[in-house]
Amino acid sequence: MKLARKAPSRRDIFGLTAAGAAAMVVGPSASLATPEKVAEEIKKLFGDRKPGPGKIKLDLPSIAENGLVVPLNFEVESPMTDKDYVKAVHLFAEGNPSVGIAGFHFTPLSPKAAASIRIRLAKTQDIVAVAEMSNGQLFMERREVKVTIGGCGG
Amino acid sequence: MSNPKPTPRIRMPSTAKANEVIEVKTLISHEMESGQRKDASGQPIPRKIIKEFKVAFNGREIMRVDWHPAISANPYQAFFVRVPETGTFEFTWTDDDGSVYKAEQKVTVG
Repeated sequence: MKLARKAPSRRDIFGLTAAGAAAMVVGPSASLATPEKVAEEIKKLFGDRKPGPGKIKLDLPSIAENGLVVPLNFEVESPMTDKDYVKAVHLFAEGNPSVGIAGFHFTPLSPKAAASIRIRLAKTQDIVAVAEMSNGQLFMERREVKVTIGGCGG
Repeated sequence: MSNPKPTPRIRMPSTAKANEVIEVKTLISHEMESGQRKDASGQPIPRKIIKEFKVAFNGREIMRVDWHPAISANPYQAFFVRVPETGTFEFTWTDDDGSVYKAEQKVTVG
């Protein structure tokens, strides 16, 4: 709420007609993550191991009216046994001020590698999920979310 | 400007069949200040988020999650656990400032 009272001059400077949720999340001067930065982050985590397609079900709304609270839900196909389980699921944002959203570390005691959370999205962008299996295999999925900002059809 | 102490809320059944998989819904009141915002005078508002959420059963870790500033205020997380026997699920949230918030829920197998 503090930022809703932001001085109008600032809005003028940045020429944001729809200075709503995005400005609140990001702050106009913040530099945003990019698909390249997400790729870099994945490389930092996994080196030369390349994620393949499949296994991940990633649910997000295709259009989010409020970028401050976007429901996200994922499930990775796995028997979740001592020998074969999902070790981690990393979620990345390609257009937020920072790349990371969350990193889930599962164990064989987790019956499903699944969760529902609510996330902030600064603008329209792709969300990327990477799952790391106990045998080292990697899987990747992505989903675009269009963020319509503000309440005035912006 | 007051920040009341974060209050966790847990929703899950208190009874289950042996080895049943049940859904747990958790919510904790917390502003999750991203560190990206500026106040009215243009000064950056310092980051203060819950950075880690852990779930254990009778002291054994089931799941650990790193949260980044992209997690919405009043973080909600739903997930699944298995109930091997009567016992207690422990939930722990760790704040940037080192504060730890805890909740637990006993589940009876019968």
